[in-house]
Amino acid sequence: MRVRNGALALVLLVLAGCSAGSTASVSTGPDTLSVGFAAEPENFDFTRTDGAAIPQALLYNVYEGLVKLDADGKIVPLLAKSWTISPDRTSYDFQLQPGVKFSDGAPFTAADVKFSIDRVKTAWTISIKSKMDVVDHVDVVDPLHVRVVLKKPSNGWLFDMTSRVGAMFSPTGIADLANKPVGTGPYVVAERRRGDSIILRQNTAYWGAKPAYKTVVLKYIKDPTALNNALLSNGIDVISTITAPDSIPQFETDNRFTVLQGTTNSEVVLSFNGDRAPLNDVRVRQALTLAIDRKALLATAWANRGTLIGSMVPPTDPWYEDLSGYYPYDPAKAKALLAQAGQPNLSLRLRIPNLSYAVSAAQVVASDLADIGVRVSIEPLDFPAVWLKQVFTDHDFDMSIVQHVEARDITTFGAPTYYWGYHNPRVQQLLAKADAGTPQEQVEDMKQVARTITADAAADWLFLFPNVVVAKKKVHGLARNQVSESFDLTGLS
Amino acid sequence: MTALLRRTAILVVSVFVASTIVFAFMAVLPGDPAQVALGVNTTPELLARTRHDFGLDRPLVTQYLSWMGGVLHGDFGRSYVTGEAIGPQLVDRLGVTLWLVGAGMLVALVLAIPFGTLAATWHRRASGAAISGLSQLGVAVPAFLAGILLVQVFAVQLRWLPSGGWTPPDQNAGEFVRGLILPALSLGIVQAAVLTRYVRSAVLDTLNQDYLRTARSKGLRPYPALLRHGLRNAAVPVVTVLGLQLTTLLIGAVVVERVFVLPGLGSMLLDSVSSRDLLTVQGIVLVLVVAVLLVNYLVDVLYVVIDPRLRVRR
Repeated sequence: MRVRNGALALVLLVLAGCSAGSTASVSTGPDTLSVGFAAEPENFDFTRTDGAAIPQALLYNVYEGLVKLDADGKIVPLLAKSWTISPDRTSYDFQLQPGVKFSDGAPFTAADVKFSIDRVKTAWTISIKSKMDVVDHVDVVDPLHVRVVLKKPSNGWLFDMTSRVGAMFSPTGIADLANKPVGTGPYVVAERRRGDSIILRQNTAYWGAKPAYKTVVLKYIKDPTALNNALLSNGIDVISTITAPDSIPQFETDNRFTVLQGTTNSEVVLSFNGDRAPLNDVRVRQALTLAIDRKALLATAWANRGTLIGSMVPPTDPWYEDLSGYYPYDPAKAKALLAQAGQPNLSLRLRIPNLSYAVSAAQVVASDLADIGVRVSIEPLDFPAVWLKQVFTDHDFDMSIVQHVEARDITTFGAPTYYWGYHNPRVQQLLAKADAGTPQEQVEDMKQVARTITADAAADWLFLFPNVVVAKKKVHGLARNQVSESFDLTGLS
Repeated sequence: MTALLRRTAILVVSVFVASTIVFAFMAVLPGDPAQVALGVNTTPELLARTRHDFGLDRPLVTQYLSWMGGVLHGDFGRSYVTGEAIGPQLVDRLGVTLWLVGAGMLVALVLAIPFGTLAATWHRRASGAAISGLSQLGVAVPAFLAGILLVQVFAVQLRWLPSGGWTPPDQNAGEFVRGLILPALSLGIVQAAVLTRYVRSAVLDTLNQDYLRTARSKGLRPYPALLRHGLRNAAVPVVTVLGLQLTTLLIGAVVVERVFVLPGLGSMLLDSVSSRDLLTVQGIVLVLVVAVLLVNYLVDVLYVVIDPRLRVRR
């Protein structure tokens, strides 16, 4: 009788037997490291699919560029042994590492550099391909020597070469980038379990130093609690970056773990729509900035873990200076400024992504602004779909709060069509001059840019997102700061 | 035969209606799949090109009909987000969900049948009331809460079982079973609580039937009598509930998959909705609708197997 009752369950179990599995298996020995991430790559093709998750997994680990960004934010050699820049700063001569092979066996030469750089312009579909627009042409001088000629001097170009646009591809390895990445890096993608994990295995033919772990399992766990539980229950060895700040103390007080806290490139910005009244008035923007207690906001929104920066520059950029004290919290002065601007009774729409940091930050913003008589209506929007469309593309907002994760994205203040609608010809000129000058001139000019946008209250930089990495004690060599697009596995020991 | 035809017709119409509704809802939801795929710094030209590549610039009716046409040929299209064929993905994800639902059902049955029967036969004793009370409590606990509690105790504190994650059964059977225990328990315990109450009332009902009294009067002891004559009769209402419960199990699985990071249909559905991956959402809904209807069909078949009287009636 009971057997028959169980028949339904049995039928289901048999049906489930057709679940397509994978063949490789993961050992859990000392050679294997398991790292937990919150966001999963949609596919492996970062030339056609945007988002941080793909380069995070693949850059420097599977794909390599001529240069890379080290943990301090410095540009260092990778596939290029060395390089020289012509006096007019438009021509870059790269000497390549000899004996480098792609994981499909093809040798890496100057021709591949030309192929890869040219291909950004022709085959890439995501917007960052425009970072290669400044390249005029690429000359193959000899198999280990390549010359890149720019249309105009650009410091930004070499920096961008450390990101995914600088990744080197082989003409024989691009047939199925979405599923089969072929790079020169220390790891190859061995297996993918969608919705669960990606398994990287050591590239036995790698030209450089062998990585510390033969197998690295990248585990994708969207829910912050589940991610933490995975580490607490030995399911993973590392949390790449903590997404629930309240949970950090439980790791700090547990002697099984190391907690590293550093910085990112990810500014949490209260953006003002500068294309519209009343926020096109600098006095109004300054008043709002003065009225928000950013220190208290950081405590509420991210458990006091981030850094107050005061402008669009993280401490790992060479032109960083601490501008967090530029607008000290001063509601009385804010009120006076609003009166001066003729806006004593403001009503503003704060349209934010429905993400926890934005929601909690928005509540502090709304209550601080209420104190100076500004009514704020908070409208959480489904992220990314709705926020992208309505705020970012259609500019239908007064204020928003979102993380700006890209490196050196201060340049967006030189783009008048960007969603914050900031128009300042002086900033645009300074940005252009900084890009063309020597590194020293660049630092000076960029400092000017940062100070100008701060003085203009072009936005309110609420705080810089922290990078909090938690790992088991046995894992060494993790970077404290997240400065490149990569979760770099090559520094582990 | 006509019954089968009728069922098939219902299935086809239901699938059509459900997919139309979903398609319409997704179409009016704000947010553009092309925009989500391309990310923040895209240009209007790229956006237009991608929309064209996706076929999003065609009239809605055309988009819908071409999707329907593909499905009839077994082609669910390609995901806007991953670029992969959706059909094989659905099969993969369905496999995970079915394991979860099956294991959850197993837990529910294993707990509910003995406890429900005991609660019925002991219904005048305190222990029977205790079982009823406990099941009452269990009904009130949502599956995700059960999941969170189980993870805290068995994964985080005791570290006996993984807190989540999925190992395919053909890869490492031991890990597969270990990984399935907590999700199956969190899904199954809640279902068991519901089911226990139905088993109890069904058995209670049966205990008061004349034929059981007859069996007892012929000298059969209470349990053998119940086993030989009663349970088969009690099973009919229970199977009905079971069918209904399977549907809620499927829904519960969506949540439990999130808690335990299982790559099933549920987590796929959540991801696809948030990225406005229209074709994928359509495909998943189609699979779920078919699954629910199939369950109902199986329940009907099971009635006949369990209760021969129904065979005569047909």
